Amino acid sequence: MSVATTPRFKDNVHEALQDERLQRALRHSDNFVSGRAAAAARLPEFEALRDSARAIKDHTLAHLDLYLQAYERKVAESGGHVHYARNAVEANAIVLDLCTRRGARAVTKGKSMISEEIGLNAALEAAGIEAIETDLGEYIIQLRGETPSHIIAPAIHLSKADVEAEFRRAHRDLPAVRDLSQPEQLLAEARAILRDKFFSADVGVTGANFLVAETGTSIIVTNEGNGDLTQILPKVHVVVASLEKIVPTLADAAQLLRVLARSATGQDMTVYTTLSTGPRRPGDPDGPDEYHVVLLDNGRSAMLGSQFEDMLRCIRCGACMNHCPVYHAIGGHAYGWVYPGPMGAVLTPSLIGVAKGGQLPNASTFCGRCEEVCPMRIPLPEMMRHWREREFERRLSPVAARSALRLWGFFAKRPALYRVATDLMMRALHLAGGARGRFSWLPFAGGWTRYRDLTAPQGATFQSRWRAKSGSVR
Amino acid sequence: MSARDEILAAVRRSLHVTGEEAPRRAAVEARLAQGPAGIIPERGQGEAGKRAATFREEAALAQASLAEVVEAADVPAEVASFLSENNLPACLRMGEDARLGAMPWGATALEISRGPSDGNDQNAVSVAFAAVAESGTLALVSGPDNPTTLAFLPDNHIVVVFADDLVGDYESVFVKLRALYGVGAAPRTVNFITGPSRSADIEETLLLGAHGPRRLHIVVVGASP
Repeated sequence: MSVATTPRFKDNVHEALQDERLQRALRHSDNFVSGRAAAAARLPEFEALRDSARAIKDHTLAHLDLYLQAYERKVAESGGHVHYARNAVEANAIVLDLCTRRGARAVTKGKSMISEEIGLNAALEAAGIEAIETDLGEYIIQLRGETPSHIIAPAIHLSKADVEAEFRRAHRDLPAVRDLSQPEQLLAEARAILRDKFFSADVGVTGANFLVAETGTSIIVTNEGNGDLTQILPKVHVVVASLEKIVPTLADAAQLLRVLARSATGQDMTVYTTLSTGPRRPGDPDGPDEYHVVLLDNGRSAMLGSQFEDMLRCIRCGACMNHCPVYHAIGGHAYGWVYPGPMGAVLTPSLIGVAKGGQLPNASTFCGRCEEVCPMRIPLPEMMRHWREREFERRLSPVAARSALRLWGFFAKRPALYRVATDLMMRALHLAGGARGRFSWLPFAGGWTRYRDLTAPQGATFQSRWRAKSGSVR
Repeated sequence: MSARDEILAAVRRSLHVTGEEAPRRAAVEARLAQGPAGIIPERGQGEAGKRAATFREEAALAQASLAEVVEAADVPAEVASFLSENNLPACLRMGEDARLGAMPWGATALEISRGPSDGNDQNAVSVAFAAVAESGTLALVSGPDNPTTLAFLPDNHIVVVFADDLVGDYESVFVKLRALYGVGAAPRTVNFITGPSRSADIEETLLLGAHGPRRLHIVVVGASP
């Protein structure tokens, strides 16, 4: 499995906030927000489709064992093979075995978050097999030795100048004087280089957005067409996907497709939505000779029936991170593992453990925008709260936070005492604030006052003002 | 226990089921045999003329170009003029689709070649299995008639849509597929294509012509009112 820097999340955040280059790049990322809003507004049935999409996934998860069996039967009928992997090590071993059996030296890859999760590239390279990312964003970050900072826009943290510098460093065979100042020129260069790679690859690895039980079909969506060249040109097509990608029927997949692209990029439909069922058929002039699906569990079966089951509805559109003020401030790398943003804050502790990932659910203001825009209506803030509770129960949160919460809890459970204590506190702070009405330093508030002043309270508590205004407090 | 059996057992443990419960099995079988249609957007619906108009608008939004001709025999001339207007070479690759084969290509100056693409073709033409008004989407099916490589390797892809194949929604395409390939079966590849290839991976600047075609030109046959 890929290595996580999540345990040092707080340091990551500090570094991200200080990184001026990153902060400049993050300012670009508002197009997704306006795009989603426009696409949703243009389709009157959008909200009803979200309900339909949620119902489909809930039904599928409740019958997942049976749909998995139906799916594997259909894949076999169409001449494909399903391989089950309990964890990342098993999944990598299966892909490696498929590669070595064909004597593969180069593997092209369509964009796949599951392959990031299992650390497939590293496993292939360790066995002497070249792994080539073909999605433009993935290709750029692979050259830089980075991981994706966004699940659908992996290089969103980089500027055009960063990409130019990287291409000049990596593509040494090309003339040094060439003009790469425009995005068009960068794209053309990557396209030309990757064209050759598509033809020389022995195996193509893609992810799957959906696996259809009705027909044994895997579905991918891409805008570039790289996923398609990855799977039609090599002799072997390997799909790596997790259990919860299953949907019952093609019609069900259509419901989900209608909310996926709109929520992700604001398109009505992604340019290429490709349905693949088994290997090359008799008479086919193109397509792979072998078709394999590696089905990964890696902690998902344990999420079923738990407080975190709803997370398995996620279709990886990225809307939650596009709308998240915390993601916008720190970018995706600070989260320290494969999945950033609100969906990452919920999923990461499930997959790598609360001891390592437990800090992520604290990085939320609970503003609720992620849940508002989630096409699958996943209650992300509520699940982050569940994780906070678990972190507290397992004594994983810092001592200062725990004692402060315990102190607050003592008063909160005694309303009369709470009223008196807060009343006194507010008066005292009001007096201490003096004529200036602000503090540049205050005990226990150093984290705040180190960067800005703290406004002094105006002397009365919210409860007493409410009472004065409406006359009742329960 | 194999990984497969262990995973299925873990799923069943979490769901508190054995997998043998008759009502669950019946629910799954019923859904697979005839699942609910779900929500079908109004946008793509209506009679043939309205569907054709919606398809035209939606394809334009997806940045495809589109022309309409009265009958199949008009297609070669339209393709030739599209290529010359865009200063593209007068060559064209196609599969073994009988409808393409019956068209009067000899009446144009186009150099025609047949078969899948090896990456050296500038232009290709395919016939769509169906087209979807809702989003201006084409549906292509793999096989010798219209090889999948033709939709991805050439720089310019031309797709012929016969008006009778123009449906309102994706679900109608699945109905057509089922009629041809049988219940619970599918062709090796179905490509839903909505506009030309693109990427916005560099500073969110949208650029056409990523790994697939830079231009997508649609020729609709017989939709004129």
